Amino acid sequence: MSVGVPELQSLADSVVEQAKPGEQIEAYVSRGGETSVRVYEGELEHFVSAQSEGVGIRIIKDGRTGFAYAGTLEPSAIAEVLAEARDNIQFGTVDQWAGLAEPDGVAQIPQKFWDEELANYPTDKKIEITKELEKLTLAADARVRSEQSNYEDGWAETAVSTTTGIRESGRGNSCYVSVATLADDGDEAQTGFGFSVGDSPKEFDLNKAAREAADRATRLLGATKPASKSVTIVLDPYVTSQFVSILSSALNGENLAKGRSLFRDRLNEQVADPRFTLVDDPTNPLAYTATDIDGEGLAARRNILIENGVLKKFVHSSYSARRMNTKSTGNATRGGFMGGPGVGCLAMQVQPGNKTQAELISAIDDGVLIQDVSGMHSGVNTISGDFSTGASGIVIKNGTLGAPIREFTIASTLQKMLLNIVDLGNDIDWLPMRAVGLSLVISDVMMSGS
Amino acid sequence: MSKTQTVEPLVAPDVLERVLAKGRSTGAEFSEIYIEDKRSTSAGLDDGKVEQVTSGRDRGAGIRVVSGETTGFAHTSDLSERGLLAAAEAAALAAKQGGGGVHKVQLGDVLRHSVNTVKLSPDAVEKSRKVELLKRVDAAARAVNASIVQVSAGYGDSRKRIMIANSNGVLSADEQVRTLLRVSVVATGDGGMQTGYDSLGHTIGFEMFDENDVEELAIRAAKQAVTKLSARPAPSGAMPVVIKRGSGGVLFHEACGHGLEADLVGKSASVYRGKMGELVASPLVTLVDDGTMTAEWGAIGIDDEGHPSQRNTLIKDGVLTDYMWDYLRARKEGRAQSGNGRRQSYQHLPMVRMTNTFVLNGKEEPDDIIRDTKHGVYIAKLGGGQVDTASGDFVFGMTEAYLIENGEITEPLREGNLIGNGPEVLKDIDLLGNDFAMGNPGTCGKDGQGVPVGDGQPTLRVRSLTIGGTAA
Repeated sequence: MSVGVPELQSLADSVVEQAKPGEQIEAYVSRGGETSVRVYEGELEHFVSAQSEGVGIRIIKDGRTGFAYAGTLEPSAIAEVLAEARDNIQFGTVDQWAGLAEPDGVAQIPQKFWDEELANYPTDKKIEITKELEKLTLAADARVRSEQSNYEDGWAETAVSTTTGIRESGRGNSCYVSVATLADDGDEAQTGFGFSVGDSPKEFDLNKAAREAADRATRLLGATKPASKSVTIVLDPYVTSQFVSILSSALNGENLAKGRSLFRDRLNEQVADPRFTLVDDPTNPLAYTATDIDGEGLAARRNILIENGVLKKFVHSSYSARRMNTKSTGNATRGGFMGGPGVGCLAMQVQPGNKTQAELISAIDDGVLIQDVSGMHSGVNTISGDFSTGASGIVIKNGTLGAPIREFTIASTLQKMLLNIVDLGNDIDWLPMRAVGLSLVISDVMMSGS
Repeated sequence: MSKTQTVEPLVAPDVLERVLAKGRSTGAEFSEIYIEDKRSTSAGLDDGKVEQVTSGRDRGAGIRVVSGETTGFAHTSDLSERGLLAAAEAAALAAKQGGGGVHKVQLGDVLRHSVNTVKLSPDAVEKSRKVELLKRVDAAARAVNASIVQVSAGYGDSRKRIMIANSNGVLSADEQVRTLLRVSVVATGDGGMQTGYDSLGHTIGFEMFDENDVEELAIRAAKQAVTKLSARPAPSGAMPVVIKRGSGGVLFHEACGHGLEADLVGKSASVYRGKMGELVASPLVTLVDDGTMTAEWGAIGIDDEGHPSQRNTLIKDGVLTDYMWDYLRARKEGRAQSGNGRRQSYQHLPMVRMTNTFVLNGKEEPDDIIRDTKHGVYIAKLGGGQVDTASGDFVFGMTEAYLIENGEITEPLREGNLIGNGPEVLKDIDLLGNDFAMGNPGTCGKDGQGVPVGDGQPTLRVRSLTIGGTAA
């Protein structure tokens, strides 16, 4: 990583040095802190200032894996974690592909993850910003109330060392503001939210966050439930980002190896409309989830997954790569010290089209602009491909936006939706999510309402 | 069940008193410390192999200081007096309102309120026995049918000791044990892949497996996947929906549970605000939230603010009788807490949360409910859900469902979400069975925190719900 953390690295090293003959050891140590400010009706509702740390140790011997973690870096606790991980080895099944990543010579692309200005940002200014955001939001529309206005920042330092020669450490910090709103109209209430992210608070666009929060809450007032029919949908960038994110599971090389990908046996086949190109590129500093290394400490890299609708590549960790007789694509994921690495896309980017959202809408006779979805976790099955979510949005009639609608679902299958992509917008939005947002037009989706 | 006794504390009471006093040193009227020491074991089997056994240890304290409307919070993994005093100072500074002075805090005896009896603590069971369960699940699921191509199973247990003390003199402790087993199955057929899932979880120890057959669990999940191979696309549009006992509690969790949480009501972010004493549901519906329900997934001896858990009737015969409360919201209203102040861990602030939320029995025979339905959908297994508490709109997934035609359950349906509006759906419940059962263990997410919850209901019918399928 770009900035090393020698103290944590040597802590990780000291664990790895205790490997016994025949053992592969990986030590992952981290510590971090967060500040959370919440304002409600002009008053500070809570202020959280917290620090945490922990260590996760993975040991592999004779094809068996053991793991243990603790939420502390006390030396006695680390010794206990090492002993527990070692004890856990005996219960694993021998897996011929089990093993740690090995350095593969791919160079890291340096990026900036640490902002000194944020690190030194004064507390009272953080509270001021949070109050300011609430004030701007309330001023944006008379029908809008505040539910909460938030400022959050965090910093983290991590180090990973392995007996296979991986030694990486680094630190990063980030911050964001968000505001949750309510809008009333007689008996009816609707909710909204807005947010802004930045390397430091000076990059926040508070006005935009306030405007979006007010708009999201008010745009559904008076919305009705539509009748069921098959329609063309335009996904707002915020919704497209969520839609694209769920494809990560189908492009996951470990899921492929275990027969759980709906793209199995489809490599080099047409799985999407030729207008659709999907890249995973954590080396792009514009991506919110940009990183220089993956969850195993290998260099992050750019991978083309779907090109002109043709499935080109699955993403791999070193484990899934060994199973599939290929090389890691630098796509090990990691949720922190509490678990070992998994596999997944890191920063998904859809290649944009050349139209604005308004131009896309103007080409649709009968459709819906989908501005929000709910139940992505309960109604989408990434193995069967069944797709069904709750939705709200605005009717599109003869190329223009009409009345708001809510309390309906949209349904299809992921396989069909990818092939039914009709057009893409040029309105790239680098949202604070795993996938980039842009407007996406999909035909022949079932809208279910009254 | 309630008893008072002295037990070995995680931190000595005199240290707690000094930490709480430090918390009030900037003029705050309330300080609280929550201490947690949690040990957990998990094991995962996938693709026929036990991939990894994991041991975890989480230990630390969260200190909350309240001054007027402002809460300061800090947490630390350092449980020494020095570490705790530093965190208390940080929390006190965060809530600083300009006052000051020296405060003295005096704690009473430790209150222990226990609702579960653990016969076989997970610590006392060999890891090999835990792993063995996974192998049995794998074998049983694969034996169901040749179309089963993949099985993943997970075992998890945790033993969490908590201790809570506050400047009002409260001192409470609890030991919370949880044991969980889950299985996911993939089946393949001509029409592609389908999945099945089931889980078992209780706030007891390893004796859970003496009382429950893990093979049965595996077979249920496998059959669910196999059945769906021949499923037809779910219908679209609104129609009557019958929900099998013990599988639809999530409907109430989303349709009204969250909306009855006093923090959301207090900010007028709930569609149930100002509705106390009004008819908000069909007169058939009596809704209860009960943290004392022995062995159920949401059972807790004390909540995470040190208040004993209790049984609260929220809706009685369709009439809204109470919301759920935590310390802050109850203090504001000058009323008693209801044992619903919960948090994910010592790193989190408590807020109003559900425990075990369920609808009491009605009078109908479940078979009669189906027979009475000419055309509709029968849901045998629900997935998760999500709600917008302000509008009341909510969704929940159906993972095993069938068509009802002329009063009979017929063809299986593919997965999808259902959508409805809470207050409307509650009033639309027109038949309620006499066959109450609790459902699967769940994790409820709110404001970034997950806590274990349970839910349950008898078989029931909703006159009209919108099914999010693809068929016309």
